[in-house]
Parts: sequence; C-alpha cells; structure tokens
Amino acid sequence: MIRAVAAVAAVALSVTLVDLFPRSILVFLAFQLSLLYVYVTRIPAWLRTGLLGVALLVLMPLIGFRNGYYLEVATQVGIFAALALGLNIVVGLAGLLDLGYVAFFAVGAYSWAIVGSPHANLIFGGGFPLAPGWFYVFLFVGLAVAAITGVLLGLPVMRLRGDYLAIVTLGFGEVIRVLANNLDKPINLTNGPKGITPIGRPPLPFGIPYSEGFYFLVLLIVAVVILVNRRLEDSHIGRAWEAMREDELAAQAMGVPLVRAKLLAFACGASFAGVMGVVFSAKQIFINPESFTFLESIGVLAMVILGGMGSIPGAVVGATVVTVLNLQVLKGFSLWLNELKNAGVTVLGYSLADLPTQLEPAKYERMVFGIILVLMMIFRPQGIFPARRRQRELAHTDKVPTAVVP
Amino acid sequence: MTALFDAHGITKCFGGLVAINRVDYALDRGISSIIGPNGAGKTTLFNVFTGLYEPDAGEVTFRGRSLVGLRPDQITALGVCRTFQNIRLFANMTAIENVLVGMHARVRLGLWDALTHPPRFHTVERGLWQRGSELLERVGLRDKANEIARNLPYGDQRRLELARALGSEPALLLLDEPTAGMTQGEAGHLMGLLRRLVADLGLAILLIEHNMRVVMEVSDRVTVLDHGEKIAEGLPREVQGDARVIEAYLGRSSASRSPRAPS
Repeated sequence: MIRAVAAVAAVALSVTLVDLFPRSILVFLAFQLSLLYVYVTRIPAWLRTGLLGVALLVLMPLIGFRNGYYLEVATQVGIFAALALGLNIVVGLAGLLDLGYVAFFAVGAYSWAIVGSPHANLIFGGGFPLAPGWFYVFLFVGLAVAAITGVLLGLPVMRLRGDYLAIVTLGFGEVIRVLANNLDKPINLTNGPKGITPIGRPPLPFGIPYSEGFYFLVLLIVAVVILVNRRLEDSHIGRAWEAMREDELAAQAMGVPLVRAKLLAFACGASFAGVMGVVFSAKQIFINPESFTFLESIGVLAMVILGGMGSIPGAVVGATVVTVLNLQVLKGFSLWLNELKNAGVTVLGYSLADLPTQLEPAKYERMVFGIILVLMMIFRPQGIFPARRRQRELAHTDKVPTAVVP
Repeated sequence: MTALFDAHGITKCFGGLVAINRVDYALDRGISSIIGPNGAGKTTLFNVFTGLYEPDAGEVTFRGRSLVGLRPDQITALGVCRTFQNIRLFANMTAIENVLVGMHARVRLGLWDALTHPPRFHTVERGLWQRGSELLERVGLRDKANEIARNLPYGDQRRLELARALGSEPALLLLDEPTAGMTQGEAGHLMGLLRRLVADLGLAILLIEHNMRVVMEVSDRVTVLDHGEKIAEGLPREVQGDARVIEAYLGRSSASRSPRAPS
C-alpha cells in the first residue's frame, strides 16, 4: 500500500517538477527514475501497468509540449530500445556475438530513404518520391529486406563462433557502411557521403504533430517488438536458441537444427533493426553513412550488456541509460565543465581557463562513458536487470506453465 | 528381418591414427554395453553412430535407413539420442527447460505459431511441459524441475542428461559412461532405472561403461573394443572369461595367472 502511494507520488511529483523547470536535465532524469521505480517496486500489476501506460502515453507527450527536446530524447530511446531488443535476440539469447548490427539498421533506413525521396528519380527516371502513405508499407519492406540481409550474412558465417564470428560481423557492418559511402557510382544508389534528403514523412492521423507522431509510432513498434521477443523467448524457438548459446554441440545432438536456428536468430534480430531504420530515416529526413558507423553497433551492444544479456527489461533499460547518458547527462556534464572553465574557476590553484584545447571538456564525454562501462563490468557484470530463469509451477494437475514468478 | 541398428565395417582415422578399425556392430533390443581400456575407441564409435563424426569407411543403418552423412539433429529426429561422457547440459537453463530442449525434434510448431499463439500452440506447449515433468519424475528429479542445471549435484546432472535424451523419444539410447563419478549405490539405482526404461518404453540402450560390476550385472550383451578393434562379443560371462579380454585389460603376462592378480 505504502509502495503504491510512493509510486504514484513519485511520478506525479517528478512530472510537476518537469512542468515547473522544463529546462532542467536533472528534473527530467528524476522523471525517468520515477518510472524505473514504478517498474521495480512491488506494487499490484494493474497499478504498475496503469502508471507506466499513463506516463508513456499521456505524460510524456505533455512533457514534449513543455520541452520538445525531451520528446526527441524519448523517441531516440525508443529507437535504440528496439535495436537493443533485436540485438538481444542475436547476442543475448542465441549467443552469436554480432559487432556489425547497425548494418541492418542502415539497410532498413536506406530502403525507405531511396524511394521516399526524389533521389530515386536519378535511378529509375521519374515518379518519385513515393506518396507518403507508402511509408507504412515500407515498414514491412524494411523488415523483410533487413531479414534477408540477416540471412545472407548468416549463411557464410554458419561455422564461426565467438571471436571469429565477431570479427566477421564487424567486417560486414563496415562493408555495408563503405557500400553506402561509395554506391554513388556507377549508379547513384545512396548518393555517397552526401547522403539522401529530403526523405518523405508519413501522413499522420488527427493532425498530430510530427514529433508526437514519431514518438507514438516508435512506442507502438517497441511494444510489438517486446511482445514478439517474449513470445519467441517462451517458445521452443527461444529454448533452442538458449540451448545453442549454452552448448552448440549438445543442442544439435538433442535435435536442434543449428543452421536453421542461427539463420532465424539473425533474421529476427535484423528485422527489428530494419523496421526502426525506416522510421529513423523518415524522422531524420536526412541520412548519410555517418549514422551507421561501427561506434553505433558498439553502442547498441553496450546497451544489451549494460542492461543484462538475454533480458528484455534489461535491453530496454540499457537502451534508456546509454541514450540518456549520451544525449543528456554527458552533454550536460561537458556543458557544466565548460561553464566552469569560462567562469575561470580555479582548482587547486590552477585556473581551468588555462586548459589546453586538447583537454576540452567536450572530449571527456566518451571517456566518462567508457569509465561507466568499465565500472559496470567490474561491479555488476551481469547487467542492470539480468535475465532471470522463470520458475514455473509444476503442480500435480495438468495446468503446467502458468504462474510466472520473477 | 534386419536389426534395429546395424553398423558394419566402421573405420575412422585421425591423421595417421586408426581410432576405429572395421568394426561391425548390430543391436536389436535390451541393454548392450561396449567396454574396453582407455583409448580403445568407444567414444569415437559413439560419435560416428550419432553423426558427430563421419566414418572414413563403413555403413550405419537404423531401421534400415542409412545414418552416414546425416547431421546429428537429423539422427536424433530419427530416434537415436545420446548422452555425453563429460556432462554437457545447458548449464544456465532449468532442469525442465533442458528436457524441453531435448523434445525439440518432436515439436510440430513453426515460427508463425510461436508469434501468433494459436490455440494449438498452447495445447502443444502444455503437452510438452506435462511430458517434461513426467520424464523428470521418471529419473527422480521431479522436485528439482526449476533448479538451474549448473547447480544440481553431479549425480542429478547425469540423470538430467538422461531425461533430456529421453525427451527426444528415442528408440535407441546411447549412454556414454552414465555412472562415471557415481557411488556403487547410485550406479545400481541408475541401472534399475535403465532396466525399467527398457521394459516400459521398449527402447534399446547402448552403454559405454567402465564400472565392470554394473556392466556385467545389467547388460544383455557385452562388446569389447581394444585399439579400435572388436576383440570379443557375447554374454557378460562369456566375455569375462575371454583370454583376449583379460589380456587387453591386464596385460599379456598376467593372462596366464588369475585375472584378479595384481600385475
């Protein structure tokens, strides 16, 4: 009871604070933490679902009216959550270390970018861009194209494991990026490093503004991805993947067809990235190969590992933490350091204003992120929300897989 | 009528080493054992039977179908399943999940079923869990269904591997040293269990075993391998008295003395 009140109060209080101080990063972080608190605290399931639902469906868009950037952050979190969930299937469940995951994101993004912009006229003559409504069709096209790419990557690496697989997938990710960079000739498919713009945006019902529209679209896709993830995990397919991760040879000896199971894992993981790629390209209006660097793959992998390998809430929380760190906390940190520097604050008798440019605070961002990752790996290597084995009620009656106690 | 399982002329080399040399092996029902000194090629033979190795020569048939060139998962689907000498459970999964993976070859559901959850999915899934807990019951691990496999004591892990193999509904079960590391009492229990399995499910069992007392007690037939060749085959007491077997185990000079004498 007291927890329920605390949960409601935490959300209400933090939202009020955001309303009062719409520019404060700390206050927005408090809002996010209140949601995390609602998720982990022991309250009735209906209350938890209700609170999270209200927060995500109503409060977050309202916050977006006070400060549009927060909604942008939330949308980015959603995009990366879907990516992390996709990679979670490949790395967390099936145990196939994929360091080129962002390639599938790129494939999805380019599949809409090319035909959703006037760029395709250079290739096919005329008739482009496609009507904005096609965007919704291309969500599925992007999914399919990415899934096929996943299978194509999977086929040659079937026999590889662990480090070897990681190296090949890393190379694959780079191949896709380099292709995007260089396919402006002989046929101008990707417009090279200049990128493609303007990419068409989908028509939205009820005249919703684009920022809110994309937020809801991303939220919907993440919800579907979570559902798909859970269903796969709780089926014979998910069990086969996990068995493969634990012991490939034994899994095969127990009747798991390795080739099919691996290709399926690659295709499923890739398809989520493909869908989000389509959304991403429409949201950004402009894409170029710079959005799909190796660092992005590593970022998504960091989300999965930070959150807890093979864990769905872990992937979502990991995506949130990393995205918020990158977009807000580290930015805020370097801004703060800059302010100190400009104000000429002295530390231990040394004026910060005299810092050489090599030690620009903005350059610490990556380092701080790295330190956080290292500290996590030392003190909590299993991640924030490690995957828990579900304990099932095996009663003497025939109702077998029911109660799911975390 | 041909035998349930028939292998003949099996040869397997690793580089210059002939691990298995033209071995013939056939079995039909009951419990058969393969014994032999370390390095005799017993496990290699198992690996050939279950598709982990492809033989350099020879033919393996099961119910009249050739197994050579099939993948291990296909062989399992046909009804030949195995356990491993060094336990290879899915360490971070629960006991019941291990058994469920064992049933993979028998699950008639596709990706679409898993995504859309039609009524059929729930029926099948419920049936799997039901049968999984029955199998755990059979090996005496019913109350440990939700334990993580890695946390189980050694003997339980061996029995869980057996339950997992049974999950694939094999007609022929290959057990690679199932009593290794067990006390004599535990081994006796396990053999009782194997006997019941043969009686209840009508399956054929092939054992690799070092525990001689167990082998002689439980086997309907014993085959002795040495240096990759079959040197004796027959009823347990026939094999026990065979001069070549005693020689293989105890060395040449002791063959003339009592088999029990220290050499």
